[in-house]
Amino acid sequence: MSTITDTRSTLTGLTPLPPASGRAGFGGALRSEWTKIRSVKSTVWTLAAAIIISVGISTLGNWGQASHTSLSAADLARRDLVQRSMFGIMLGQLVMVVFGALAITSEYATGMVRTSLTAQPRRLHVYFAKLVIVTVIAFVVGEIISFASFLIGTHFWATKGVDLSLSSHGALQAVIGGGLYLDGAALLAFGVGAALRHTAGTITVGVFLLFVVSIIVNFMPDSWQADIDKYLPANAGGQVWATQHTADVGTAFGAWAGFAVYICYAVIALLAGLLVFKRKDA
Amino acid sequence: MIEVRDLVKRYGATTAVDHLSFTVQPGRITGFLGPNGAGKSTTMRLILGLDRPTSGSALIEGKPYRDLPDPLRHVGALLEARAVHGGRTAFNHLLYLAQTQGVPKRRVQQVLELVGLQPVANKRTKGFSLGMSQRLGIAAALLADPRILILDEPVNGLDPEGIVWIRDLMKALAAEGRTILVSSHLMNEMAVTADHLVVVGRGRLQADMPVAQFIAQFSGSAVLVRSPQLETLRAAVAEKGWQCTPSGQEGAVVVTGTTAPELGELAAARGLVLHELTPQRASLEEAFMELTREVGQFAHRAPGQPEPADAPVPGQYAPPSGQPDAGFTAPGAPGAGAGQPRGGNDGGH
Repeated sequence: MSTITDTRSTLTGLTPLPPASGRAGFGGALRSEWTKIRSVKSTVWTLAAAIIISVGISTLGNWGQASHTSLSAADLARRDLVQRSMFGIMLGQLVMVVFGALAITSEYATGMVRTSLTAQPRRLHVYFAKLVIVTVIAFVVGEIISFASFLIGTHFWATKGVDLSLSSHGALQAVIGGGLYLDGAALLAFGVGAALRHTAGTITVGVFLLFVVSIIVNFMPDSWQADIDKYLPANAGGQVWATQHTADVGTAFGAWAGFAVYICYAVIALLAGLLVFKRKDA
Repeated sequence: MIEVRDLVKRYGATTAVDHLSFTVQPGRITGFLGPNGAGKSTTMRLILGLDRPTSGSALIEGKPYRDLPDPLRHVGALLEARAVHGGRTAFNHLLYLAQTQGVPKRRVQQVLELVGLQPVANKRTKGFSLGMSQRLGIAAALLADPRILILDEPVNGLDPEGIVWIRDLMKALAAEGRTILVSSHLMNEMAVTADHLVVVGRGRLQADMPVAQFIAQFSGSAVLVRSPQLETLRAAVAEKGWQCTPSGQEGAVVVTGTTAPELGELAAARGLVLHELTPQRASLEEAFMELTREVGQFAHRAPGQPEPADAPVPGQYAPPSGQPDAGFTAPGAPGAGAGQPRGGNDGGH
């Protein structure tokens, strides 16, 4: 530990820095945010959990359903087996909420956000750099989940004589949509997290919006449900990973219209988060 | 240079910083001193653009912090040592900071070496002691070779060796012409570290002067006197307009507002017997407490101390419980020489 007492040298002897680049810009912010997210185990574990849980539940569900169904191949083909093959997304979205939330709330939980913002005081750079990193990672992980779930699912249904593939009607769009839906869940949580600055609160709001709201609406009169149901985040967003677009009650949106409604929730949350992040004392 | 101009920060009904103005000059260590809750950390956050001032401004080299093109090369800051993600390694913590403005990776290794954390560079920081966390915070502050350092209570949690280390480091950095603002609630630590003092209490500026001047101005002289004729002596002292305060010792009082020769001559003139006549120098700690007592948010009053309302002006000597001349007497101590250029090590910067 001779370095501790040998302070006479102070900073001399350290690498001379390259001439000041002039500006801490968006590129630096992106590299920095990438380092942040890859260098903590909680991120890695959360994403691994998202994949294992989603693909695992999809696999179990499809294996169970395929081996116990009494329906004929023709009947089965009329069902939305593409969406069913990705059933694990229903749970996976919750883990994506945790990922999106932690990407921002962990900075507040530790107080690290003040270090981050002293390094880059232009807060929009930090916010959008984080947003880009979260969007890209959640997209990649989401697509891994949806493609893996689907490809495993086709195997079980093939044993029942149903021939499913990415070239089946609407399948490719729905499978890509599955990943997009998961990405949307992470973005929604990221926005809420930036606004609330609190991990547990953010996850609660995320779960409420994606799950609990649907349950509450189920207890409303049917005529109300018909109007409200399709606007709920999970129902609107669910259309993009479905190949059939009829809801239990009332009419549902088409795939992309539904996704647009779903993304609106995320955008509202992201704007609220942006305002708080930019304006409020860190 | 850091300029704080008429800075105000209110949180609801609470005013944390109240029309604060001061300047931090390069080439010396400026101690930012005040009791807990005086507004030191808030002021630092305002300087760093983390909080928005209610009014007023804080400028770094003439610019608001947010307008610095590459802030880490201008300002290195240590706010809270524990404000790191415990799951990240020391190296990666510094790496993400370095990446924001193109500081080379090698530099990360080097500052870790400088603060003695090289052996634990790849350990996650949750296992770090407070002292190690402080060192990591110092490393982060030094990462981009800043001209200005802002350190909030950097000696917290450091062992004696660490305290000496950081004190020497700050002095060497100041000698290189850097601007250093270091906060503390410990007057004695500042007395041996700082050249200049900015003292705040309840968000207001209480003093802004060289350490030596602060000591001269606020640690008023006092004399401990022991006499078998104490009551007569008291009366004589009162006639002169000097004050007697209890010394905490049997048969002795502390007289303020005078000097030992004056008091000795008075006793001789009146034919009073003295058993002891000891000049007392109020410690800097006491001067500081005196100065901030009336404004301190969490001011404690020791039993027997006068009510704050009729507390005399700063300078009155109030001895700590039964221990005359306790504490640090700083005038002339190395490091307290105000504004002197620090020779010896011209860091060649």
